[in-house]
Amino acid sequence: MNARSRFINWGAAVLVLALPFATHALLGQGWVRILDFALLYVLLALGLNIVVGYAGLLDLGYVAFFAVGAYCYALFASPQFDLHWPLWVLLPMGALLAACFGVLLGTPTLGLRGDYLAIVTLGFGEIIRIFLNNLNAPVNITNGPQGVSLIDPLHVGPWFLEKTYHVGGIEIPLVINIYFLFLVAVGLAIRLSQRLEGSRIGRAWAAIREDELAAASMGLNTRNLKLLAFAMGATFGGVSGGLFAGFQGFVSPESFTLQESVMILCMVVLGGMGNIAGVVLGAVLLSVLPEALRGLGGLQEFLFGKVWVDPSNLRLLVFGIALVLMMLLRPEGLLPARARQREFHESQ
Amino acid sequence: MNPLLEVRNLCVRYGGITAVDGVDLDVMEGERVTLIGANGAGKSSTLKALAGLVAPAGGGFTYGGQDLQSIPPWQRVSRGLALVPEGRGVFNRLTIEENLLMGAYHRKDSSALPGELDHVYGLFARLHERRHQQAGTLSGGEQQMLAIGRALMSRPRLLMLDEPSMGLAPLMVEKIFEVIRKIAAEGVTLLLVEQNARLALALSDRAYVMESGRIVLVDTAAACMENPMVRAAYLGDGGG
Repeated sequence: MNARSRFINWGAAVLVLALPFATHALLGQGWVRILDFALLYVLLALGLNIVVGYAGLLDLGYVAFFAVGAYCYALFASPQFDLHWPLWVLLPMGALLAACFGVLLGTPTLGLRGDYLAIVTLGFGEIIRIFLNNLNAPVNITNGPQGVSLIDPLHVGPWFLEKTYHVGGIEIPLVINIYFLFLVAVGLAIRLSQRLEGSRIGRAWAAIREDELAAASMGLNTRNLKLLAFAMGATFGGVSGGLFAGFQGFVSPESFTLQESVMILCMVVLGGMGNIAGVVLGAVLLSVLPEALRGLGGLQEFLFGKVWVDPSNLRLLVFGIALVLMMLLRPEGLLPARARQREFHESQ
Repeated sequence: MNPLLEVRNLCVRYGGITAVDGVDLDVMEGERVTLIGANGAGKSSTLKALAGLVAPAGGGFTYGGQDLQSIPPWQRVSRGLALVPEGRGVFNRLTIEENLLMGAYHRKDSSALPGELDHVYGLFARLHERRHQQAGTLSGGEQQMLAIGRALMSRPRLLMLDEPSMGLAPLMVEKIFEVIRKIAAEGVTLLLVEQNARLALALSDRAYVMESGRIVLVDTAAACMENPMVRAAYLGDGGG
């Protein structure tokens, strides 16, 4: 690593560490919360990137794994069954359970590609959500549409993250504690993604993505490799689901709609499928942008002296236009994988 | 000589369409066999069924005396049955070397791989020059070389080639066939599917002619070249 890239890395590290404090001081709690959610989305997008970006399997039901992780945490750490298991048990458990669901989704879809696969995964996502919605009778497990509330707040060993700590005169409230917990999770996810990408398995996934029939005729066990991609991707979703439940204190089937799956897919595609930096950027941008656009009402008042268009409608319109523009201007994603970039620019 | 491959009454159907209709075919150890026939005669489907990429609707085959029907494609490769698929199927976004290593994916003896790479690079010097380049940037002929090299990485006993000359310039076709001849000389048994019957027959010991899913002629390659039906239909020799 040369001096310049080392400088950039250190700069990025300082920025990431200082960001929540600066945001807290300048924009307030609410914005740090948005950053927390952005990190959860990064985790989800990295997971989906394994399935879509590495193995080339289009998954439109990814939010199901997020839901599995979230309900796993919610049911075992809440008054629902009066269980209060700790985080270090529930996160691996959620990851494992999500992986099992990944295999469950993968098995019937092994022979499917492209659009057909997308339709089945879409159905799977909806099935999970509808199950969660209806598993309150005959035996009440999920509490149905009311969801599970009063979920135990996240705590890591002796540190209760809902407390405000003071370190050397700096106030560290809940949202910043959470930020650092999520940051650790994202860091681990990035490391794992990098390892996977460069591994023998990562290359095999790339081969399946490029030409599945040729991969099979080369002696690749395409069945197991595809199931592994679904399972690995799902674990990321499971972990972020657990973190989400503990952070929110409340989960309901409402949070796991198709729109969420589509959003996560957009993050992966817009950021740059298959490239970790791109996926991270896509997730941060698409989770922060809708919030930033809430300021449109204020902007109108400032420019025209009155609010012309309902800002909540305008926000979605501008967001949609931004998505379309990004796809038109950079169809390969903001930070594409190198090979993909070349393909797009050769054909132009 | 022992039959390495014995195909008996093989049938392949796609929905209601019968692509392969009761094919019997033998390949002896060390032999070079060509399967010629027009488009849609069922040649590729026969190879795909042997490689395990499509499930036969009937009949079967033994390889080295063993019935491989119930064995998935990835295990057939480790037993020495390798297919160079039609249309080459190189992995565009992987480098040439990564493509080659993919051919040896199932092999546990990773210490032998540098030697295997050298062997392939010895056959195709072009690939060595470009080994860190992405496969998608290669020309059609180079991609065919890569596809053959990749199949060789599994150390096949029986190499099945599906239309290696397809879409290539005549000069490139000559080159590819030269290498195929070398591979055969190394003792690899060949089953070749080819439209360029002249070149294919020239390097083969025996040939099967396939029409609408059936074998219509079996003979030595030399006899096939003299056969008026073959001459008229596949060698472009209208005068007979």
